[in-house]
Amino acid sequence: MSTGAASDTRPAIGRGFRLQWEAAQDCHVLLYPEGMVKLNQSAGEILKRCDGERDVAAIVADLETSFGASGLEKDVLAFLDMARQQKWVQW
Amino acid sequence: MNAAARPGPPLWLLAELTYRCPLHCVFCYNPVDFARHDQELSTDDWLRVLREAREQGSVQCGFSGGEPMLRDDLEVLVAEAHRLGYYTNLLTSGVGLDETRIADLKAAGLDHIQLSFQDSTREVNDFLSHTRTFDLKEKVAARIKAHSYPMVMNVVIHRLNIDHIDRIIGMADALGAEYLELANSQYYSWAQVNRDHLLPTREQIERAEAVTARWRKQLDGRMRIFFVVPDYHETRPKRCMNGWGNVFLTITPDGTALPCHTARMLPGLDFPNVRDMSVHDIWYESEGFNHYRGTGWMKEPCASCDEKEKDLGGCRCQAYMLTRDPAAADPVCAKSPQHHLITDAVARAEERGGIREHPLVFRGPAESRRLTEESSD
Repeated sequence: MSTGAASDTRPAIGRGFRLQWEAAQDCHVLLYPEGMVKLNQSAGEILKRCDGERDVAAIVADLETSFGASGLEKDVLAFLDMARQQKWVQW
Repeated sequence: MNAAARPGPPLWLLAELTYRCPLHCVFCYNPVDFARHDQELSTDDWLRVLREAREQGSVQCGFSGGEPMLRDDLEVLVAEAHRLGYYTNLLTSGVGLDETRIADLKAAGLDHIQLSFQDSTREVNDFLSHTRTFDLKEKVAARIKAHSYPMVMNVVIHRLNIDHIDRIIGMADALGAEYLELANSQYYSWAQVNRDHLLPTREQIERAEAVTARWRKQLDGRMRIFFVVPDYHETRPKRCMNGWGNVFLTITPDGTALPCHTARMLPGLDFPNVRDMSVHDIWYESEGFNHYRGTGWMKEPCASCDEKEKDLGGCRCQAYMLTRDPAAADPVCAKSPQHHLITDAVARAEERGGIREHPLVFRGPAESRRLTEESSD
């Protein structure tokens, strides 16, 4: 059984999924075969940093700098575990 | 329509490139009179439609038919759709998807392929499609995987194959599908002509649902199964197309724009054509798209129903086909005064070995012309 996300996990967008900004909907969307998920702002901001290169620690640091926040790691890890179950991300 | 009710964008563009098809499926949802509509849009027309719909916010593009592989400009259209930022889906029987074309489509940016099967066995697949295509479909499935496309397998489910559902799911898993759509037949077009042959019994459906539930556990997320329930066995109607003119925009082979692929049958509506009108005006301004939007068009029992926002009165085509009134409640609803039209059909299905009025009708141009003449007599 695979383990959950950790600070050294390097998440990437799942195979067959595509993340893009949709001006007509004013949000990021995840596209997959015959479907679409509209993302809220925080989900969009996390996923657009999931490039398979950066680890979670780097993603969290970038988010905290960009939004002047702190202590985001727990929320990011919980989101990534949920997103992986949905196959939105892989690692 | 007031400004507050302005609809969202046409997120889903279904490009029905052609009604031509090498298969002759008994449940095909193309119009029964498809042989009359043979003036296909040109490549330039389609490229313009793709651009205009994308400007209006379309994001999913399905290339369908008929068999879209019969258009030799498919690669050009996919490339443009990809460049514009669509997620591109090809809905195919697999016929014509050879090694060269599948590689060219990949290079053009095709995101996903939905492959249809009619059954898990060669005999039933080939019988239902009236072709010898089972072996070819297996080869195409392997080719789709070899080119690392995500694969959706689509199987229309009905009385003649529903008892094979265990083997159908096993086949999809063995072929490596990521998604399996077990789409219970909806009774429109050719499926409506053949309804008494295709409508399963309640017991058959319950058994199929139990088998599907067992597989879902066993698959542990490896393949996702969508089991589309047949609305004839329900007592509330489906929210058809997720609302009239709400999400879906279908462009038929001759350029007619429709809120769903069967809406052309409805009387008294003037559906626009992309040869004459922009996608913006079609979606927001045309009478055909505004007519059944929202709830303002409803009469009783829908108008005063507390569930009207939920199901939007069900399906206009089904209401028209069964009651001859396109503004009636969908007779699937138990509140419809014509609900007996549904329960009678289901009761006939329960009578094993019941008498059918006619043999199965296989989709094809000759049958299309015959049925069109009969209905205009």
